[in-house]
Amino acid sequence: MAERRLFGRSAAPGLAQGIVAVLDAERAERRQAGAAEHEARALREAIAAAHAELEMQVDRLSGDAAEMLGFQVAMLSDDELARPAFDAIEAGASADAAWIEAMAAEIANYASAEDEYFAARAADLEDIRDRVLLNLSPGDGAVAIPEGAVVVAADLPLSRFLAIDWLRGGAIVLTDGSPSGHVAMLARARGVPMITGVGGAPAALAGAEVLVDAASGEVVLNPGDAARAAFAVKQSTEAASLAGQAEFRYRDACTADGTRIKVNLNISALSELDGLDPAISDGIGLVRTELLFHDATGLPDEETQFAAYRRIAVWAEGRPVTIRTLDAGGDKPIPGVTIDGESNPFLGLRGIRLSLRHPAMLRTQLRALARAAVVGDVRIMLPMVTIPGELEAVRAMLDAELESLRAEGVVVLRPALGIMIEVPAAAIAIDEFDADFFSIGSNDLTQYVTAAGRDMGAVAELADPLNTAVMRLIGAVARHGAGVGREVSLCGDAGADPTLVSALLQAGVRSLSVAPSAVERTKQAVAAADLRLA
Amino acid sequence: MKDGDGMEVVTDRAELTNAVGLHARPSVKLTRLAKSFACSVEISLSAEGPWVDAKSPVKVMRVRAPRGSVLHVRASGAGAIAAAEAVMALVRDGFGEHEGGDHG
Repeated sequence: MAERRLFGRSAAPGLAQGIVAVLDAERAERRQAGAAEHEARALREAIAAAHAELEMQVDRLSGDAAEMLGFQVAMLSDDELARPAFDAIEAGASADAAWIEAMAAEIANYASAEDEYFAARAADLEDIRDRVLLNLSPGDGAVAIPEGAVVVAADLPLSRFLAIDWLRGGAIVLTDGSPSGHVAMLARARGVPMITGVGGAPAALAGAEVLVDAASGEVVLNPGDAARAAFAVKQSTEAASLAGQAEFRYRDACTADGTRIKVNLNISALSELDGLDPAISDGIGLVRTELLFHDATGLPDEETQFAAYRRIAVWAEGRPVTIRTLDAGGDKPIPGVTIDGESNPFLGLRGIRLSLRHPAMLRTQLRALARAAVVGDVRIMLPMVTIPGELEAVRAMLDAELESLRAEGVVVLRPALGIMIEVPAAAIAIDEFDADFFSIGSNDLTQYVTAAGRDMGAVAELADPLNTAVMRLIGAVARHGAGVGREVSLCGDAGADPTLVSALLQAGVRSLSVAPSAVERTKQAVAAADLRLA
Repeated sequence: MKDGDGMEVVTDRAELTNAVGLHARPSVKLTRLAKSFACSVEISLSAEGPWVDAKSPVKVMRVRAPRGSVLHVRASGAGAIAAAEAVMALVRDGFGEHEGGDHG
């Protein structure tokens, strides 16, 4: 067979070589229409079964995948979705025909949208349609996908994507589809190469051997020797780059001159801990409690918070876990807690300022943290501290809560109490703060020192962490910490930027806290830094 | 904006500034928030309506409100003020989808 090339849009980069497995859209057999009452019950039960399946899948998943399926759950829970179908059944249609027709109208509405994001949601609705159809006529098994196959389809429903074990390699080539679809987002997150919109009919590719270069959007069918050789070169280049980073995963971070640097994790959701090995890090440098609970009305009760903090402490297996008290306000409003309509929210009631205005909420959080400190090395970090009085006010509240918990017979331990350094006033007068540790929030420190809002593209160039004034402040805080024997860490985006790591270490920072996905590249950047060259 | 004591009716509006408009995840967040209030909560792309039940994800998605459009909210019944404020706060926050990762 002759070599042939197809071109599409890159949806997720990566290389793959394999045999095409074509996924046909499954269509249930048309059922005979029974009595309207019978058909309505069949549809109701199929929807309930599809809903239950989805919820089970959501429970097993976390992060983006769970949120995307959450959309399907929400749609399926809404009676409005099936209302036209039940109307049609009332008028004599069979359950499956009524459902297919109702969903076709809904899908057409999405697919006709000019906005690509809305159009891409049509795939979610097709997925919902097919889930319910499968439950209307059980027995249609899913097509098994061989290991490492290149899945070719017109479009790939989210449920089918999730049912495939991508750890064994493989890739996705869609004749249709969209790089902004949910499946594309997940493919990027999971490192599955994916190309959309190559055109043609999926069936025409069945069984062919293909080379997929998803970064460039190119598919080579039945490759000849030259194409194979070129592909092999690409593969070895990619492998070398990934292996270069992967070898750092479990290594302690050390600079070229042998200085040990701590690399901690920033955590925003408990689900991030699933499948994450604590041994890749020195601990957790930042838990964002405002994002942990996804609650629109502030923080949950003490027990719920305690359970979450305990879970993180257990996961860390004795490594330090730094938990930041609620950091709402600024760009993270919480209805009913933060103040609406502040003319400049970044200079307003946010972070510890806000928590001190809601003492009951703060006390609940401090109690849960003091209880969790029994389970592991839990530390409390206060955001947006401006004056020593704020730290002392929280310390007094913590003392009071420790005493009251002990009086109730609850086992507690005093967690270390540290502060974030993001307000210039605190960075400049660092010697006035009697905190157990300091953590530099480089994003806010940079925006406050340069007076350049981080949410404003027009001044983005000014908001540069390498700005001399910012680096001098970071250096001064690091020197102070080293002088008084208190740890100084950095937990902003700058710590995970390989181009900034060396400068931060030169300034005296010895501990970085980064997103779990940035651990390898951060350790690699640390290894490339040489503090003897300062 | 509030019509005396008795029946509260509150309207407000805000621009959709999140990256992709009122699409899947924002719709789920919006409907979840709206459902947490007992009063009726409706949205529209125009002050004249048509008004759509903000508690129904199917109906909210049908609005297909793109980025940059102005979303109107109308709440009526007990707690309408709080409901409208909460919905507007969510919209102004870009549904918590701001770019830029770390808030460190």
